[in-house]
Amino acid sequence: MDIRLDQISHAYGDTQVLRDISLDIPAGKIVCLVGPSGCGKSTLLRFAGGLERPASGRVLQLGTPPEGCLNPLTYIFQDFALLPWRSVRGNVSLVLEDHGIRGKRAEAIIEDVLIRTKLSDFARALPKQLSGGMKQRVAIARALAVKPAVMLMDEPLSALDAQTRELLMDDLIGLWTRQPFTSIYVTHNLAEAVRLGHRIVVLSRRPGQVREVVEIAKPLAERTYGDADLDKVQRHLWGLMRDEARAADEELIDV
Amino acid sequence: MSETAGREPIEVRFRGGGFAPNSRRWVGFAVFVALIAFVEWGTRAGWITSLTLPRPSDVLATFVGLWESGLLFKHLVPSLTRLVIGAVIGATAGIAVGILIGLFSYMRAGVVPVVAAIFPIPKIALLPLFVIWFGIDEGSKYALIAFGTFTPTVVATYGAVDNVDRSLIRMGQSFGLTWWSIVRKIVLPGAMPGILSGLRISLAIAIILLVAAEMLGAEYGIGAYILEAGSLYDLERLFVGVVILSLLGIIVSAAIAAVERRLLAWRT
Repeated sequence: MDIRLDQISHAYGDTQVLRDISLDIPAGKIVCLVGPSGCGKSTLLRFAGGLERPASGRVLQLGTPPEGCLNPLTYIFQDFALLPWRSVRGNVSLVLEDHGIRGKRAEAIIEDVLIRTKLSDFARALPKQLSGGMKQRVAIARALAVKPAVMLMDEPLSALDAQTRELLMDDLIGLWTRQPFTSIYVTHNLAEAVRLGHRIVVLSRRPGQVREVVEIAKPLAERTYGDADLDKVQRHLWGLMRDEARAADEELIDV
Repeated sequence: MSETAGREPIEVRFRGGGFAPNSRRWVGFAVFVALIAFVEWGTRAGWITSLTLPRPSDVLATFVGLWESGLLFKHLVPSLTRLVIGAVIGATAGIAVGILIGLFSYMRAGVVPVVAAIFPIPKIALLPLFVIWFGIDEGSKYALIAFGTFTPTVVATYGAVDNVDRSLIRMGQSFGLTWWSIVRKIVLPGAMPGILSGLRISLAIAIILLVAAEMLGAEYGIGAYILEAGSLYDLERLFVGVVILSLLGIIVSAAIAAVERRLLAWRT
């Protein structure tokens, strides 16, 4: 299933945040959205999954979601959004219960996603007992449990320290290599974008517009920490963003 | 740094610590014992007259007498029944209305002013009215206690619902959970800490109102016992009643603490 953003514009009050954004997210690819802070990239992601409505423009699903898909558009949030009163298992089963999946069937799915995210030993742990990286892996397991057609990832690694971020990037690459998924990946971290993105969309500062789209042909599995080719792309991206990031940083917040 | 060479090194003064309450269980008990011992000493020595305070040992003797005559349970059972029924009605209605206020803007706009208006009314003043509405028997007593627990529970509950992490609710919506599932599995457990701390206050108010409820048309009951002792200026019996109410308060508070330990084990 593909996702198409069709001429999306949006304003909060008098402040225009997004202007005429059109994007195609092809099935099986990770599209990274990068841009200076306040450029509306997270807002765009909330439009993509139907958590907010754009002032104008449409979000379209092209094709049908794969069979067995419970929740085609599934988010992974920066703050993990785990229920603190439920165990790891309970947090995954939460999203299955509403689809009437209980008992043996739920057990099988939960076990499978916990194995894929290397959490099998922690099924009974409460979120407060887990490190940030583990919490995000629980959130990833929860997302995998509903067999999403598109993963909408909102700065999923931004709340983690640098080392954990590296580890989780490897995990995400591993997950994608074993079973390619479609994803819109919002980040302000260019290193993440060049490691994980098949396509990187650079947004300008507010009002956000598509400034450039960069394709990276190198397969995900071959991208490593400190890769020279990726560094070149990253420098190019930083060159595009540098002045805007500074201007965005010096802007007064009036929203 | 060279100019400090040769001087004595000064150890850095410790200035952290404090501001972190930790458990000192026996202190509370010791304070009680000391207070009672002090009063006992004063009444025996004579510089506290028997008109000012009863002797603690006499109060204890009166309590034992009450127990042995079987009258204790004759008073305690109807009181506890009134307390439980009244508080359950009041707290249940309060939690339900509080959640509705937390979830629906129209409820908030319409009901919050009403609650604010009835909160400060001394419910005791309404007792004669309740007697007419609900009868002089148990009905008016349940109503008084229920009414008194209702308002603080409502206020605590909608505040607790307001404080539920919105990002968790967005998460529920993003996974396509039904409205009812979000309320049951995210809003209600998320509001539980606030609801329980509100119940601590509501139930203490219920105990206060128990005495008021038994002012009219009650032959037996802790409140009736205290009021009778008061009008006869029988300080020993008055204090027995008061001590029973205090113990009731401690038991209720301990029960809520136990529920919190069970339901809120997930908190850090």
